[in-house]
Amino acid sequence: MSCDHDQQRRQFLARGAALTAAVSIAPGLMLYDFARARPPGEAANPAVRWGMLIDTTQCESGCDACVSACNKENGLSGRTLPTDSQWIRKLELQQEDTGRKISMPMMCQHCAEPPCVDVCPTGASFKRADGIVLVDKHRCIGCRYCMMACPYKARSFVHEPVTDHSGATPRGQGTVESCTLCVHRVDQGVAPACVEACAREGHQAILFGNLNDPNSAIAQRIRSVASVKLRADLNLDPGISFVGI
Amino acid sequence: MRMQSGWTLIGRMALLLALAGPLAAAVSEPVLDIGQGGKCVDDPRFMRLNHMKLMRHQRDETVHQGIRGGKYSLAGCVDCHASKKNHSVLGTDQNFCQGCHVYAAVKIDCFECHSSEPRRALAGEPLK
Amino acid sequence: MHHKTFAQIEIRYFYLLLVLGLVVVLGGLLAAQQMEAHGHVISGMNNQVVWGLPHVFAIFMIVSASGVLNVASVGSVFGRHVYKARAPLAGLLSLALLAGGLMVLMLDLGRPDRVIVAATNYNPTSVFAWNVLLYSGLFATVGLYLWTLMDRTMGGWSKPAGFLVFIWRIILTTGTGLIFAFLVARQAYASALLPPLFIIMSFAWGLAIFLIVQFAMFSWNELQLNPAIQKRLKNLLGLFVVSVLYLVATYHLTNLYFSRQVAFERFILAHGGLYTALFWGGYVVLGSIVPLLLIFMPGLGQARCVLLASLLVLVGAFSLLYVFIIGGQAFPLLIVPGYTVHSSFGDGQLASYAPTVFEWALGAGGLGVAFVTVTVGVRILNFLPHDDPRQPMEGN
Repeated sequence: MSCDHDQQRRQFLARGAALTAAVSIAPGLMLYDFARARPPGEAANPAVRWGMLIDTTQCESGCDACVSACNKENGLSGRTLPTDSQWIRKLELQQEDTGRKISMPMMCQHCAEPPCVDVCPTGASFKRADGIVLVDKHRCIGCRYCMMACPYKARSFVHEPVTDHSGATPRGQGTVESCTLCVHRVDQGVAPACVEACAREGHQAILFGNLNDPNSAIAQRIRSVASVKLRADLNLDPGISFVGI
Repeated sequence: MRMQSGWTLIGRMALLLALAGPLAAAVSEPVLDIGQGGKCVDDPRFMRLNHMKLMRHQRDETVHQGIRGGKYSLAGCVDCHASKKNHSVLGTDQNFCQGCHVYAAVKIDCFECHSSEPRRALAGEPLK
Repeated sequence: MHHKTFAQIEIRYFYLLLVLGLVVVLGGLLAAQQMEAHGHVISGMNNQVVWGLPHVFAIFMIVSASGVLNVASVGSVFGRHVYKARAPLAGLLSLALLAGGLMVLMLDLGRPDRVIVAATNYNPTSVFAWNVLLYSGLFATVGLYLWTLMDRTMGGWSKPAGFLVFIWRIILTTGTGLIFAFLVARQAYASALLPPLFIIMSFAWGLAIFLIVQFAMFSWNELQLNPAIQKRLKNLLGLFVVSVLYLVATYHLTNLYFSRQVAFERFILAHGGLYTALFWGGYVVLGSIVPLLLIFMPGLGQARCVLLASLLVLVGAFSLLYVFIIGGQAFPLLIVPGYTVHSSFGDGQLASYAPTVFEWALGAGGLGVAFVTVTVGVRILNFLPHDDPRQPMEGN
């Protein structure tokens, strides 16, 4: 299996548009069942639903490998002023009555019923067929209503002109942005940057995969361990689940 | 950008006016640094007239439906046409995108978000 | 036009006001231009408080634009002559306030250059998108209504046009309230009380603005307002102020009953610093109780008292909106209930927000647009309410 996947990735790289980094992480990658890279010209598959299972018991307090990897991948500055963008951040939680401490990453939860999509006046916020919630920045007018509507504070507004375009994701002043689930990597059959970074650190805190495939590692694990979704009371059906909260 | 069709129109009108006016002779065609160049994804004359529509169409398909690998990509333009002097399609009125857009008086806002430099592989592949 | 309308105002006063208004408008435009050039980083807004002072101004004007039509509706829909004489002025004020509010809203966008996208790409599930139609519709319906009022040949149509405006503005203010009522994410919002609250607020604020403008016009024309009319309008303002107070109290009391909302209510009502001060001092005392005393206390209630009461109602309006919009966002989101939380992104922390000069200038610019529109409008057309002294007062 592993060879097969590698082969396909190599083919893809040979086609010229791919990311050589994928090769270097190939062994870690196989921890996460992977759909093949989608062939060029094919639209996102509505039978797929991408999601994550975050195991907070495996997430180390103070480790921010996922955050740094995301910043690097997407060209974020990594600054943390209230006006700076943060697509993924670490929450340090402490249970009020027991004092139990939890550390976990927080990002767009890629809801099946995303409030940001409902409220967006122009349809710039949208959910792709495979469940990834995105902002079409060509269509975003910067009204920030989605930021008012998101219960997870997942979105950031680009408060300044963007000068560094080294990231894989185009970003620009006056538009709203958030975790894309590294859609550019996922479409090439590569795991999101945060997932890869977490594994590289030797942690197994983020499991990524197709929730709709009953044989996928993520679907199997969600069937076998107790997990929760954040703000489940709102019934937004997030694509991200958590173990250990 | 939807606005751009409007700007294009205004740009063309401005161009027409300029050509029709007595100063027509003063408007000289831009001399463009086409970078690496080579065979374009389509007939250059067709591209000159239609690149904005083609790119916008493909852009919507890629962003919303996830269809990748189309030939009319902005990054593709930049890869081939970035100047070898400054590795960019912008910078001077000779650079590929800037030069022609200044000539046609059409505002270009692609590069507020997109890179005006060729794609580098993540592992640090040197610039073309 | 045989009435002595505004001929009595010396033309240089008119131009002075006009220039003042235009300077304020220009300041707003410059501020917007700066925000577009440098980004919203030069404003006080951030990723937690995403809507700032410009939204306070914009929502104030949009809500008032609807409420000021109340005077017209009572005239045309319910057939009261006293109010009908005021309908044209109310219509003009409505258009002016709506224009000012929308200007602020649009210029505060991250990409105001793309505002046309809101028309070309329409998301039918978005309240914002509905409001695009509702706002444009109000311009159209009020314009039509003004036509029926000011063109004698159209006189027969003023009642149906007035009825259309009445329905339209109730829906419009419902839509404005729904912008917040639909937000499940933040504790301050997500309440079905908000649309009716916004409607009542619009009645109070709109009437207050109307009374201020009417006072100014009568003073400048050296006219006296019929005391019976004065009494009726001030009593109406008092009634609206009490109604807003009632709904605001209901909103907070119901919240206090839900234990998940108690922390938020304690923040707003007890230890929210500026927000608490603005709520009690600005809205409750200055914006409600003092105006009520000025209106209803025996011995008070004269023209100047009503003017002061109206101004204070507007002070209360800004205070309440500031607490509602900014205070509501400053309180952190409850992402993982039962846990205290820290992060680099302000999770679990009260957000700080300090508006900058650009936001003040942009907001004031919107008021400037309304002011200039009204100043020019009342000069070139006959908007002064004409009360027929021989007309017997109708029962009420």
